[in-house]
Amino acid sequence: MEQHQALSYDVAHLIGATVLMAGFGLLYQRRLFAVLNTFAFQALALAAAAAWQARIQDAPHLYATAAIALVFKALAVPFALHWLVEKLGIHRTVETALSIGWTMIVGVALVALSILLVLPVTAGAAALTRESLALAMSVVLLGLLMMITRHNAVTQVVGFMALENGLLLAAVSAKGMPLVVEISIAFSVLVAMTLFGIFFFRIRERFDTLDLHYLETYRGDRH
Amino acid sequence: MIASGLLHNPLLWILSVPLASAGFLAVLPNWRLAAALNIVASAGTFAASLMLFVHRPEPTRLLFIDDFNIYLVVLTAFVAFTTTIFSAAYIGRETEAQRLSPLHLRFYHSMYQAFVFTMLLALTANNTGVMWVAVEAATLTTVLMVSLYRTREAIEAAWKYFILCSVGIGLALFGTTLVYLAAQPVMGDGADAMAWTLMIKRAGAFQPDLLNLAFVFVLVGYGTKVGLAPLHAWLPDAHAEGPTPISAVLSGLLLNVALYALLRFKMLIAANGHTLTPGPLMVMMGLSSLFLAAFMLYRRGDIKRLFAYSSIEHMGVITFAFGMGGPLANFAGLMHMTMHSLTKSAIFFAVGIITQNAGTKSIAGIRGLTTTHPVLGWGFVVAVLAIAGLPPMGVFMSEFLVVTSTFAREPLLAVPLIVGLLLAFGALVSRLQGMAFGDPVPGVIVHGTGSRLATIMAHLPLWAHMTLVVIAGLWLPAPLVAWFQAVAKLLG
Amino acid sequence: MNAAVLQLVQIVLVVALAPLVTGWVRLVKSRLNGRRGASPFQPYRDIYRLLQKEAIVAHSASWVFRAAPYVTFAAVWLAASVIPTFSTDLALAPAADLIALVALLAIARFWTALAGMDVGTAFGGIGASREMLIASLAEPAMLMVSFSLSLIAGTTAPVKIVGFVLSGGVGLDVSMGLALAAMVMVSIAENGRIPIDNPATHLELTMVHEAMVLEYSGRHLAMMEGAAMVRLTLFMALIGCLFAPWGMAQAGGGVDGILVGMGAFLARTFVLATALAVFETAIAKMRVFRYADFLGGALLLGLLATIFLYVSEAV
Repeated sequence: MEQHQALSYDVAHLIGATVLMAGFGLLYQRRLFAVLNTFAFQALALAAAAAWQARIQDAPHLYATAAIALVFKALAVPFALHWLVEKLGIHRTVETALSIGWTMIVGVALVALSILLVLPVTAGAAALTRESLALAMSVVLLGLLMMITRHNAVTQVVGFMALENGLLLAAVSAKGMPLVVEISIAFSVLVAMTLFGIFFFRIRERFDTLDLHYLETYRGDRH
Repeated sequence: MIASGLLHNPLLWILSVPLASAGFLAVLPNWRLAAALNIVASAGTFAASLMLFVHRPEPTRLLFIDDFNIYLVVLTAFVAFTTTIFSAAYIGRETEAQRLSPLHLRFYHSMYQAFVFTMLLALTANNTGVMWVAVEAATLTTVLMVSLYRTREAIEAAWKYFILCSVGIGLALFGTTLVYLAAQPVMGDGADAMAWTLMIKRAGAFQPDLLNLAFVFVLVGYGTKVGLAPLHAWLPDAHAEGPTPISAVLSGLLLNVALYALLRFKMLIAANGHTLTPGPLMVMMGLSSLFLAAFMLYRRGDIKRLFAYSSIEHMGVITFAFGMGGPLANFAGLMHMTMHSLTKSAIFFAVGIITQNAGTKSIAGIRGLTTTHPVLGWGFVVAVLAIAGLPPMGVFMSEFLVVTSTFAREPLLAVPLIVGLLLAFGALVSRLQGMAFGDPVPGVIVHGTGSRLATIMAHLPLWAHMTLVVIAGLWLPAPLVAWFQAVAKLLG
Repeated sequence: MNAAVLQLVQIVLVVALAPLVTGWVRLVKSRLNGRRGASPFQPYRDIYRLLQKEAIVAHSASWVFRAAPYVTFAAVWLAASVIPTFSTDLALAPAADLIALVALLAIARFWTALAGMDVGTAFGGIGASREMLIASLAEPAMLMVSFSLSLIAGTTAPVKIVGFVLSGGVGLDVSMGLALAAMVMVSIAENGRIPIDNPATHLELTMVHEAMVLEYSGRHLAMMEGAAMVRLTLFMALIGCLFAPWGMAQAGGGVDGILVGMGAFLARTFVLATALAVFETAIAKMRVFRYADFLGGALLLGLLATIFLYVSEAV
């Protein structure tokens, strides 16, 4: 039993750390497609984390969260963004407000900060929860950092989704927390909306209007 | 079962009416009918909310009504109702001007009801998770409405609003999770550890350090949505670019809802008793919002932005009041929430018509309103003076209470508060002068079009709100006072 | 078996094996590129050939230029000799220490860089300056990895770390994983492999290590090349012994243990060599300006490994 607990703890810790590393990977990348691939990897790791938590907490509903993370975030969203970037001819390199080296250093400082913040205040909680929480908070802060230091709309959205991955990591590791599935669905809707947002935003820039009537007149269908 | 529940529980009516109308309005092609139905549905919701006074339902796992949220529910339902009346007049003229197509309007009406639903759900949810989902959904619905005009500015505003508020509610969710973790060892796994009514009873046993950390996240998270100073960037844009009825509900209601969420968490902290006091943080954020907004007011050229900044200012004052805490300051905060809600939506009603008449949102293009449109112009003057804090209006009352309670406890803090309020007052009055009393711009066509009914519908909500605000300034009914006091005690 | 004998075996083994490792990497890369490639034993022939040739020294060269190959080779060889490869029961093991290892490698690098500048050609200078840039970034990272490992195992002696890891006290540790990642990145930089440097290039703009040894010939070049090969083997042995020391012979393990340890060492080394070849084929060389990001990343991973240690500690 002891052995089993130690193992479930180690695996959860390892998956959580993988999510965090992917967060650093996002900050490190300079090319948009590499960012998307890294994000897909992070979502994959999140799905694994959720599935593992479902197993060790014996909470089947978390499998749904894992499935959403896998299908929607690891596959659908990266593909959609890939498509958008190609379709709309968005600039393929990441524009940075802060150099990559500095971003990484700030990132490490944020990780240290979240560990310093979370560990003392969670003295009563289970070890697994504490660590996951520290990891999750680091992922959240890294996502925030990415949103702040990267200009492009696509990278901002990716930063937001990375932040959200951290939130879901925290939610799945909080033992017995209800509504996790609903929350992940709510987030998915949000992200889907964002994608539409980018799409329309870019269309607007190209045709100088989002009004679809304009496109119709352009085709000569109206008037 | 459900049917009998509906009959006996006004709460279910309050939520199901807007939700059902949102669905129905989405498929209704005739926009005039939709606008009328929008009014009817909101009136129904408001009536149902009044029923709460007669029959208060027992709290369930999902929904509850207590002293605190009942008045916000009623207020929300009321302002949502008056706004639909104004909205009917407003969109009629927008459609004449061909700025909105019927498809847009269908979308608009449906989203309006959905938005009201999410706000009411957030107010009545007895579960931190449900409340969060509701606030998130409120963000979504309003983003769609802010971008309704599809202009470059509107889309940029919507994008900014979306990104900032998404991050904000993301952080709020993290805070929510932390609160759950603080509650879970005491309350056990599952929904009990997220229910307000259950948590508040045993909050004393929660882990205080965890609550502290959670509150920081909640404050930053929901604080973004309240529009507190360093996190306010989305607010002026979103208010300025959307349709004016939406600006009215954003300013008058949504900010309140976000603040309500924040206060619920503060109540939990207060009930715990071992945490750091959240007061200083809120006081700081409140004061910085007040100052930032007061200075920004002087430099605005856009009338809707001007009043958006004024909302930041007032949210700052309210947050400051709740941060001070204590029965008197909390009382003042609650009252200010109500007064601001009524007055600010009234101002946006006026601004909506003014901008339609003038054909511009630029303050420089709006002059001599009292001469060209006396009813509207004087209504606008009264409303702006009220929001600026001139006696005898309700806003003055509540601001006065905030200042005196601060003087009594922290005289040093009262000084910046008064300076900030005076700065804002000066800015608003100087802007008002030109708009209300200057010489009218020659050549601007005065719209006399539209039926008499439409004109009444455009002006009625404004005057109704202002009447309430003036009355509240002169005389508050005793039951209302007792009730505010009870809530103020709950807030700690 | 006697520790001294084992030590002697190791000293010979690392040098004897090094060209084969390099040859193997080249062969696998060739195959992956669709070429037949030279035999994995080709480096032995190359070195033999170089040793036969006359060493030509530039007029402007000083004694530093002449001494550098020997110093470099000696430092790297010494470093390689003390890392446990197939057995922890080595005579020099008490002297071995991760920090000493870093210092020995730094000596080798320092002399190579000196030699690069000594002749006074432009390429040598460029190579030396880039090498120092890489070193200034890689060494802190390497030290950071050493720190986190020593915090985990409570020692900086590789032999004892091996013992600790083998005792099973580590489990699936995140810090170890991070330290491994950092170590791999540092190794890539230290050995001048893609994406930092390309060992096969003589393109002026991109070469680093090759630029420094451009002026060498004959036995001097053989020494320099040999040092590079031994260094590669050294890092593979180091990664193996710190992170995957399974099968390594302990003191008193008998001949069987030694044989198993030897087999495990060879297997590890060739798995790593193959992985390196695959990795190098798959990615492109980085621009010089990206070095800082890459090695800074390694440093940060090392730092994170240390930070995470405190997470685990606190639990």
